[in-house]
Amino acid sequence: MSSLPPAAEDLFLRPRSVLLERIVEWTIRSSAFVVIAALVLIFVFVGKEALPILTSSAVHEEVDLVRMVAPLESGGFSWQPVSTVPKYSLLPLFLGTLKVTLVALLFAIPVALGAAIFTSEFAPQGIREVLKPVVELLAGIPSVVVGFFALMVLATWLQDAFGLLLRLNAITAGLGLAVAVIPIVYTVAEDALTAVPQVFRDGSFALGANRWQTAWRVVLPAAMPGVFAACVLGAGRAFGETMIVLMSSGNAPTVSLDPTESFRSFSATIAAELGEAVHGGPHYHVLFFLGAFLFVVTFGLNLAGHWYVGRLRDKMQGKSRLASRGGGR
Amino acid sequence: MSDADSVIEVRGFSAWYGTHAALEDVSLDVLAGEILGIIGPAGGGKSTFLRSLNRLNDLQANFRSSGTIRYLGLDLADPRVDVARLRRRIGMVFAVPVPLPGTIRDNLALGPSFNGTRADLPALMEKTLRAAYLWDEVKDRLGMSAFSLSGGQQQRLCLARTLMMEPDVLLLDEPCSGLDPISTAKIEDALEELKKEVTVVLVTNNVMQASRVADRTAFFLQGRLVECGPTAQLFLTPKETVTNEYVSGRFG
Repeated sequence: MSSLPPAAEDLFLRPRSVLLERIVEWTIRSSAFVVIAALVLIFVFVGKEALPILTSSAVHEEVDLVRMVAPLESGGFSWQPVSTVPKYSLLPLFLGTLKVTLVALLFAIPVALGAAIFTSEFAPQGIREVLKPVVELLAGIPSVVVGFFALMVLATWLQDAFGLLLRLNAITAGLGLAVAVIPIVYTVAEDALTAVPQVFRDGSFALGANRWQTAWRVVLPAAMPGVFAACVLGAGRAFGETMIVLMSSGNAPTVSLDPTESFRSFSATIAAELGEAVHGGPHYHVLFFLGAFLFVVTFGLNLAGHWYVGRLRDKMQGKSRLASRGGGR
Repeated sequence: MSDADSVIEVRGFSAWYGTHAALEDVSLDVLAGEILGIIGPAGGGKSTFLRSLNRLNDLQANFRSSGTIRYLGLDLADPRVDVARLRRRIGMVFAVPVPLPGTIRDNLALGPSFNGTRADLPALMEKTLRAAYLWDEVKDRLGMSAFSLSGGQQQRLCLARTLMMEPDVLLLDEPCSGLDPISTAKIEDALEELKKEVTVVLVTNNVMQASRVADRTAFFLQGRLVECGPTAQLFLTPKETVTNEYVSGRFG
């Protein structure tokens, strides 16, 4: 031991640096744990409040899963949780959520992807440096402000422009929702496009492509995993967004896929009714059940997106093919 | 035109990236049907010169140039020139293989599709893959991702992809820099065959490669063309001592 020269002795771990290393490591580890724990606890809490829908006989006197899905005894589907005979059909809420999400995505995805392609492939440096932060600022607008704008301004414009019967409908709410979705899709897609190595563009130009052909045929396909992830994130946001839809949908739980009719979404229903529902009553549990459903769908959407992006990436790098070929030998 | 056999004439060409001068007063001809080797240490302006011949440097925001480059007598800086069309005639292969997303077949079809031609693609694909010495290795898996090929195969695919446009001139920017000796030999064999149909400008870091395949060789140093002549002469009896030092490996 003592035979080691000082230059070698110098290499031994110092107790102080070992301790510091441990503290840092545990701090980071526990913050990661807190995030995961919060996610799990939210799910446990929502699940616990939703569970009586499946298990409690007291709740079953008023509502159960079958009555939420099947047609009512009185015929049709309706959502009237506070009438003398409470009705809890999910179909109107499901259709409402579906149509507003579709309208929002149909509008937001082309606009956001177009803007992202313009920013990364066509805009001069100066414009790019301004454009991206400005669009990202859109994401910072409180959704109540967007909802107010949709309710007071957009609804009137759209009614005048298309001669609609109802001011508040899925088109109004969908466009409002698009304002919230566009910055998310834009910023993630733009990052994916910018991350495409310059050699791909050079390669394409050297093959005699013009800028459009390069952007559309080479850069976009190369960025596809990221662009797809952007769209999934946008869909998740559209599905779960509450305030904009609550303010501009008209909140009528109609059974209709017509985008010019008023509707009601899952998220807006929870926001509007949870404050009024009797704590621990059937209505209360139904609303938590809706919450759990929203949670599972957005979680599932993200998970599926993540899985698909990974698969797309492997496919583009030829990994899965290589693996299957290797297995064959 | 001073020389009837010149495909490309470069006269007094200088180039800058911002304030950094990459090329200074270069004058050089590329003759029809030859392989012109370009050698020199890194940072000597070889790639800048090559990328000026198909105007790929235009994409650099701070690139400037002076002097003229004529292709078949046409000044490339003429505003009426359609650069996309020009790049189909003057094809280019890069140092790093750049397979584009998609299958081998997609990669080959890309150039002709930009062009809007309705050529007989399968026949052309076979011809160019054979020319790039890749046909036997990929003929049964044209539908596979281009990324599943090895580095050497990817580079030969890039060569075939460029040949799909049936270019007049082929610019090669250190095409073998990341490849093993066998892949390198295959590309060199391909070049020997190709020169019957196209004119080749080959930038290489490998002095021996130039001595093996080039008809004439030009030596670039610090943005200047030191000398250019028949390969044997440049290697055996160079006019400048600095050329002799470089080709004999005394610096580089």
